[in-house]
Amino acid sequence: MVTSIHQLDDGAWISVNDVREVNVSDLWWLARADFCDCEMSDFLAEGFVEVGVHPPNVTARIAGQCIACGESGVTDWLVVGRVDPDTGTFRGVDTGSVHVPRRRSRLAGPPEE
Amino acid sequence: MPSKVEGWKDEVYGNEIRDHLFEFAEQGWDSIPEDEQDAWFERFKWWGLYHQRKGQESYFMMRIGTPNGVLEPGQLRVVGEIADEFARGPVDNPEFGGAYADWTTRQSIQLHWIKLEDVPDLFEKLEANGLSTIQACGDSWRNIVGCPVAGKDEHEHVDAWPVARRLHEEFKGNEAYSNMPRKWKVSVTGCDEGCGQGDINDLAFEPAVKELDGEAVTGFNVRVGGGLSRKEPRFARSIDVFCTPEDAPKVSAGISALFRDYGDREDRFNARIKFLMDEWGPEKFRQVLQDEYIDYELPTAGEDLRDQYTYNAGDGEHGDHVGVYDQPDGKNYVGLSVLTGRMGVDDVLELADLAEEYGSGEVRLTQRQNVIVTDVPDDELEAFLDEPLLADYSPDPHPFMRGSLACTGTEFCSLSITETKNRMVRYARWMRDNVDVPEGVEDFHVHLSGCTASCAQPQIADISLRGMKTRKDGEPVEAFDIGLGGGLGENPHFADWVEMRVAADEVPGYIQNLLGEFEDRREEGQSFREFIAERSEEELQEMGEPEETSYEDPYMHNTKMTWYPYAEEDDMADSPAPTDAQGKSLPADD
Ligand code: HEM
Ligand code: SF4
Ligand SMILES: [Zn+2]
Repeated sequence: MVTSIHQLDDGAWISVNDVREVNVSDLWWLARADFCDCEMSDFLAEGFVEVGVHPPNVTARIAGQCIACGESGVTDWLVVGRVDPDTGTFRGVDTGSVHVPRRRSRLAGPPEE
Repeated sequence: MPSKVEGWKDEVYGNEIRDHLFEFAEQGWDSIPEDEQDAWFERFKWWGLYHQRKGQESYFMMRIGTPNGVLEPGQLRVVGEIADEFARGPVDNPEFGGAYADWTTRQSIQLHWIKLEDVPDLFEKLEANGLSTIQACGDSWRNIVGCPVAGKDEHEHVDAWPVARRLHEEFKGNEAYSNMPRKWKVSVTGCDEGCGQGDINDLAFEPAVKELDGEAVTGFNVRVGGGLSRKEPRFARSIDVFCTPEDAPKVSAGISALFRDYGDREDRFNARIKFLMDEWGPEKFRQVLQDEYIDYELPTAGEDLRDQYTYNAGDGEHGDHVGVYDQPDGKNYVGLSVLTGRMGVDDVLELADLAEEYGSGEVRLTQRQNVIVTDVPDDELEAFLDEPLLADYSPDPHPFMRGSLACTGTEFCSLSITETKNRMVRYARWMRDNVDVPEGVEDFHVHLSGCTASCAQPQIADISLRGMKTRKDGEPVEAFDIGLGGGLGENPHFADWVEMRVAADEVPGYIQNLLGEFEDRREEGQSFREFIAERSEEELQEMGEPEETSYEDPYMHNTKMTWYPYAEEDDMADSPAPTDAQGKSLPADD
């Protein structure tokens, strides 16, 4: 099944197969993100800048801020969820668990869910 | 590559959206094919309908654009009746009730919980009464703003109202300018006080005098590229052009065509004209405008009146239009303070009655989310001021009630991080009851926005609050970044961000502490804005401690995770949405 995704309302949320799935205002734990100097960035998602599909993963670069240190900017590509290739059902990642930006995912293994 | 939204706009955009909208309305919300919803919702914005946030599917925010904030006699009643009939949600708002209208920072009207199925009836009623939602959102000429008392003001240099109305007539529904790269916000100011807020608009006409053929002509200087959104606020820059009131449509057409053709359609985050202005600078901008879009020689800028601007200039003089003021015709206008710009429908209808009884029936909306009743004769004034409704919407409010603005926030808005209006109501009341007003301060601006889009214009307030999160005892809570000392006037200044990620329940304590120190340390008569301006960042950071107080905040938890922050059962899963025309839940999609 082809996955259709886009960010809408100027980055407020990600639509996956025409359902609003991932929203701004969640906190994400990012490990080894180079996003800031924190060991773990406590990252507030404020806007989705770019979205992509790397089957089965749905990925995004997110604008926001680490609420621990205050650094703000845009993340590397993050897995925000997976689409079941057969049913097209989307399962978002648990934003409260630890995420590793895609650029480093070879070293770190796939992000947890 | 053009953005996805541009692709959708290429297929259908502008006036033609209306037929589709009506067809979907006829057949019901769930007749919109699932794989076309995102595209249609993007397009519906052009007709003033903005799909509400997650958990509120099938409900729309609807904006009515009232140019220059002018509601002609009878129109306020129509707005009240429409809100009463069509803008009721599944759950009441605890501060404002079941139906209400929002007066916005761009002199528009926003209603919520609108059902698509009601749109044809709604539009019919609006349009039969000279009101419209056309281009109220979307990539188009938005509502044209200006001095809200244009034509009724003793400070007037040029009457800006006919100019604003002319632009409204010319550019609403005009095919040539109906598909812009992004929103297009225009301001026309005619008074010497600067209350059109031109500096924060894409295109601003500001009063000026120019000698042309040996004659002093009154008209406008032109500025381009203002805007507040994201963390990239800009003041509009002079492009060194003078324009007569008659030429305003021509110059507007040229500048908006330039934006239409040169604005960035690949990256919506870079699309606003402020970014083109960053890239080009005013000289190149003027050159391209002259060479490619204007068929007469543009005069250079005239002498402006900016050194007289008092509106929100920080010196306490004429910071808004609240109060009783003389009109040139001997009558009075009475500006009423509407806390966070929201009025319950009963109050709206009552105000419509009062405006007819005591004035001409005309009502105007300000860029500070307030209302003005115009044309009140001297001999009616006292009786009007004694009306019980004016106890709640006072022409002489407490300084903290008067200056409090808030955007839409997590109640309805997809982009939001925090709850806004109800919290600002609670902040204002707590401050009124607990914080000493510094000597001489009558008008203290606290603007609260739920995210960086800055719809409540936080950067031009004494105290700016911008939605954030922080952790308290490890738990995520709603918070605010706090900026200080913003304002307009001759030399506008954006607030300096001083204290970051303050938990929402510690903000009132912070303000109390800060104002206490202001009172202790200020020079005699010094304004808050001056006081902030002359201090270093370190000094500001060391003043004002965030602190818990007797203030209680019921919205600390992540209100964005609820389907509606004030519902008893507020879990996303408890949402009735999407619903059918009668508000009954539709079966889940899958
Ligand atoms: C990309 C998204 C958005 C951006 C960048 C944005 C930005 C802004 C800014 C900067 C203003 C201040 C007016 C000015 O510039 O002079 C404004 C006005 C406003 N915005 Fe937004 N906004 C966005 C989305 C929304 C949404 C989703 C809502 C509500 C559901 C909303 C509600 C308002 C209101 C009520 C006003 C005053 C309105 C008017 O009449 O145009 N905004 N917006
Ligand atoms: S400032 Fe943000 S939260 Fe508030 S209405 Fe605008 S987009 Fe929504
Ligand atoms: Zn950090």
